[in-house]
Order: sequence, then C-alpha cells, then structure tokens
Amino acid sequence: MIRFDGVTKTYADGTTAVDDLSLTAPTGKITVLVGPSGCGKTTTLRMVNRMIEPTAGTILIDGQDTAAMEPAAMRRGMGYVIQHAGLFPHRTVLDNIGTVPRLLGWDRRRTRERSLDVLERVGLSPDLAGRYPAQLSGGQQQRVGVARALAADPPVMLMDEPFSAVDPVVREQLQDEFLRLQAELGKTILFVTHDIDEAIKLGDQVAVMRVGGHLAQMAPPARLLARPVDDFVADFVGRDRGYRALGFRPTPKLPLRAEPTLVVGESPSDMSGQWCLVVDDRRRPLGWVRPGDLRGPVTVADLNRGGTVAVQGGSLRATLDAALSSPSGRGVIVDPTGALVGTVLAPEVVALVEEDRVTQAEAGSSP
Amino acid sequence: MSWLGGHLGEIFQLAWQHAWLAGLPLLVGLAIALPLGWFASRNTRAYVALVTSAGLLYTIPSLALFVLMPLIIGTRILDPVNVVVAMTIYTVALLVRVVADGLQSVPDDVRSAARAMGFGVVRRLVMVDLPLGVPVIASGLRVAAVSNVSIVSVASLIGTHQLGDLLVDGFNRAFAPPLVTGIVGCLLLALLFDGVIVWGARVLTPWLRGGTA
Ligand SMILES: Nc1ncnc2c1ncn2[C@@H]1O[C@H](COP(=O)(O)OP(=O)(O)OP(=O)(O)O)[C@@H](O)[C@H]1O
Ligand SMILES: [Mg+2]
Repeated sequence: MIRFDGVTKTYADGTTAVDDLSLTAPTGKITVLVGPSGCGKTTTLRMVNRMIEPTAGTILIDGQDTAAMEPAAMRRGMGYVIQHAGLFPHRTVLDNIGTVPRLLGWDRRRTRERSLDVLERVGLSPDLAGRYPAQLSGGQQQRVGVARALAADPPVMLMDEPFSAVDPVVREQLQDEFLRLQAELGKTILFVTHDIDEAIKLGDQVAVMRVGGHLAQMAPPARLLARPVDDFVADFVGRDRGYRALGFRPTPKLPLRAEPTLVVGESPSDMSGQWCLVVDDRRRPLGWVRPGDLRGPVTVADLNRGGTVAVQGGSLRATLDAALSSPSGRGVIVDPTGALVGTVLAPEVVALVEEDRVTQAEAGSSP
Repeated sequence: MSWLGGHLGEIFQLAWQHAWLAGLPLLVGLAIALPLGWFASRNTRAYVALVTSAGLLYTIPSLALFVLMPLIIGTRILDPVNVVVAMTIYTVALLVRVVADGLQSVPDDVRSAARAMGFGVVRRLVMVDLPLGVPVIASGLRVAAVSNVSIVSVASLIGTHQLGDLLVDGFNRAFAPPLVTGIVGCLLLALLFDGVIVWGARVLTPWLRGGTA
C-alpha cells in the first residue's frame, strides 16, 4: 500500500506541482493518476521513489515512511516504467531487462534466465533478445520498458504513461496484455496517464488531478462516470459517459431467442427470408447474409461482418452494442468458447439497463 | 629521392619519437580529463571555472610552455619530459570540456531511467554516461590528436628530437626533401592516430552500427 499524506511539492522556481495531496493506492490494485498535461502526475509518481523530494507531507509504503529509506536500495525494490520507455540505447534488450537483477547482485545465468522469461511474459519473441533498442518498433520498446520494470519481481510498480507513444491499436493490445499480466501478478501499481479512457479501462480506482496539483476526485471508474463531483471532472470524463458506464454493469440473465443458422456452402431453405446468421463448424458466428442477395450457396465473400459479438454475462455495454451493431438488429450472444447461444434485441437490453438502474438506485450505491 | 633513401633509418627514428611525444600525452591527458570533466558535468560552477581556465591554458604559445616547463617542474632543459608534460596540459585543456559535454549528452529519459532503477552515482557514470559519451569524447580526442602531432614539431627548438627536426633542417638549408618528408610524416602520423581513435570508438559503440528496424 502506498499512502500520500498531505504531500506538497513546490519547485525551486515557485511552481507548485502537487498541492496537499492525500490518497491511498491499495496493495494488489491498479491506481491510476489521470489529468491534463502539467497537472503534476509525473511529479507525484517520482516522489514515491524519491527521485523528487516532497516539500511537505509524508509518503508511506506499507506504513513505512519513505523519507527514512535509502533511495537507491528502495528504487531497486520498485519497478519503474518511464515515459517514452527510456531504454538504455547502448545495451541489448536482454541487458536492459536484466538491469535491476544485476544491480541486486544476481549472477549472470540467473539474470539471463529471468530476463528471457520476462521477455516472453510481455509477449516478445526471444529472437529480439540480442537487439538494441533502436532496432525495435515503438510498441516493442514499450514492452521492453515494462519487462525491465518487472524483472526483479518488485511488489510495487510505478508506471508513467507506459503506453502513450504507440498507435491506438497497439495501445489497446498492450493494455489488454497488461491487465492479463496484472491478473496473474497482483502488483501494487501507481499508473499515470493523460488518457481518461485508458484510466477507466485499467484502473481499479482513478484519481483525477487538475492543473496546480489538486486532487479533483478519487473513485472507482464506474463511480467516476456516474458521479463526477464537479464540472472539471465531468468535462474531463467526457462524452458518452452514460454509455461507457454500462461497461461496468454485468448483463443479468435474459431470455435469448434461438437463431436459425447456416454454414458456409449451404443454401438457405427460404430464399425470401430476412438476415440469416452464418456460423462455422463449431457454431462460432462468422457474419450475416440476406438470402435475397445470394446467387447460390453461401460463400465467405457474402458475409456482412458488421455486428459485434457479446459474451453471455458480459457487460451491458457489450450486450447493447451487439444488438445496435447487428445488421439484422439481433445481437449475437456467445458462450465463453465463442459458440452461439442466441440473440437479443436492443429494446430488451435497454429494458435491462433501466431495471439495473432502478435496482442500483434502491440499493443506494448509484444515482 | 636519394636523400630519402640515405636517411630512412633516421626518419623512422624521428617518427617514432614524434609518435610517443604526441601519443603518450593523449592517453595521460584523457586519464586526467575524465575525472575533471565528470566533476564539471555535475556542477555548473565547476563547469564554468574549468572550461574557462582550460581555454586560457590553450592560448599559451607552445614554445613558451616548453621553455617554462623546467622552471615549473624542475626538470633539465633538454629533458623530453618537458614536452610530454606540456602536451599533456594542452590535451587536458582540450578534453575537459569535451568530456563534460560527452557525459551530459545522455538523453534525459535515459538518465532518469538509470536513477529510477537505483543506479548509484559511480555506477551510472561507468555503465551509462561514459559508454554513451564515447562518440562525443572520441571526436574531441581526434581534434587533440591532430593538434598534438602538429604542436610537438615545435619542440625541435628546445632540442627534443622528432619530425620537426626535418622541418628545421630543410628550412635552414633551403632544401626541399627533408621539408617535404617532415610534412608528409606529420600528416601520416596524424592520420594513423585518427584511424586508431575512430576504430576504437567503433569497437566501443556496437549499438550505433545495427541500423534501425
Ligand atoms: N524541475 C522542475 N522545475 C520547475 N518546475 C517543474 C519541474 N518539473 C516539473 N515542473 C512543473 O511542475 C508542473 C507539473 O509537472 P509534471 O511533470 O509533474 O506534470 P505531468 O502531469 O506529468 O505532465 P505531462 O502529462 O505533460 O507529463 C508543471 O507545471 C511543470 O512545468
Ligand atoms: Mg508526465
């Protein structure tokens, strides 16, 4: 657990970067610091491992005052992922990853084995081990940055915009892998980003900061979307928050309709019929066809793949989106193996949303 | 040509003298400039003071320094050590700034990363700042090498023998062959030093050769 207690940082030139900050990052959870550029996120993060000394207040790690710890030793016990990766350009990928283990005095063999292991964990091929950072793509560099922070298996990780320098598709991939990794490792993570969507996706709780280093609101993502405390937070959280909040509500059991299906190569029995769902040999949905448009048996080229697919029991957002995006208006629901279970209509999901809202309101935990 | 043939042995002797009079100060000077430059790189006031005084040192005419050397360090007038020490002073004067700049050439995020991983001051110097400063330091060393080879030739005037003797001889007798030989010899020696430094820097910076993905 990392606890900030009335922490203030005023730089030599008089800039107050962080102002009387108090917050707790619980053990084993991801706490995200989010806010516009210059609001003091990096300063906050760097005060934890004392790369920056607070002007006032205390920071406690598992109840121990960091001011009393020896900085270099403390830093080796915390993973740090730096903005823009900050890899050592003159050391190979493997040597970059093995940095902290070597500082901790591990021998070469153990460091090497561990580094290869972590390399694989972050989804990189061992073929990259001997490359220099300049020979990697941006996404690969970010992965190496994460691997380097993980190498000595520290309980605490400080991450400064680790996924900011890559395109949206790669970023999404990195985020998903990061969540998968965290589910396995259960680190105590302080994560900095200026991207509210990233904060909401990754955070167990989210601290919104505003320029001047003030904490505007600290809450779990669902609550942040549902109950922004003021205009600044509401504005920062942004549009579509009603819809995005559904991402945190599980879909209750609902009656699904059975969906007649076709496989590729078959011809529909009723050529005049409406949209028809095509599945593969294991009943996994492939796409929709309109029998009227067909000249013969269904081919892969005939498929309309516009509809999203929701997993049964997944979020209301995913379920509603499946219905809204389906060309037939019937949202496709699958089981965890990806096999078709049935379909739902948008009005049915909306009814569930309303029901969910009412129960929540009665339970008193949401508006 | 016949002059050259008759003096080959002597020429090589002088070239060898020249090489170590210019080369040894390069090594000693680098060894002294490294800690000084490191200190300068960590402290703005030290940087200004060291770089300014190094600049002043470099403006002392070489002949004056050669002549003054025995008075300062108490050596005999004809002792080649005078030249070695004087050349070392020039080398240090050139390299202090280069070393300081080289050590500071490390990108900010790399430096922060090193701090965040728990590098101590000395370990960061050895494992991060120094290797990354090699290209800048090597380019300064190349300048110092060429400048040393050329300044050393003046030492003939205080009786320390090297290729400069050929220049003096050719000048006194208004005789071209030793003059040309002396100039070409200095040139080849400078090229040799330069080549060795470039090669050394290449070996020390394998990461600059990989190309980019
Ligand atoms: N060394 C410093 N000296 C003076 N002011 C500083 C220093 N470092 C940061 N600041 C100022 O403190 C404020 C907070 O900076 P910080 O780097 O913590 O912001 P940030 O939230 O991480 O921003 P970004 O999203 O752009 O990375 C800014 O106004 C910045 O200009
Ligand atoms: Mg920042």
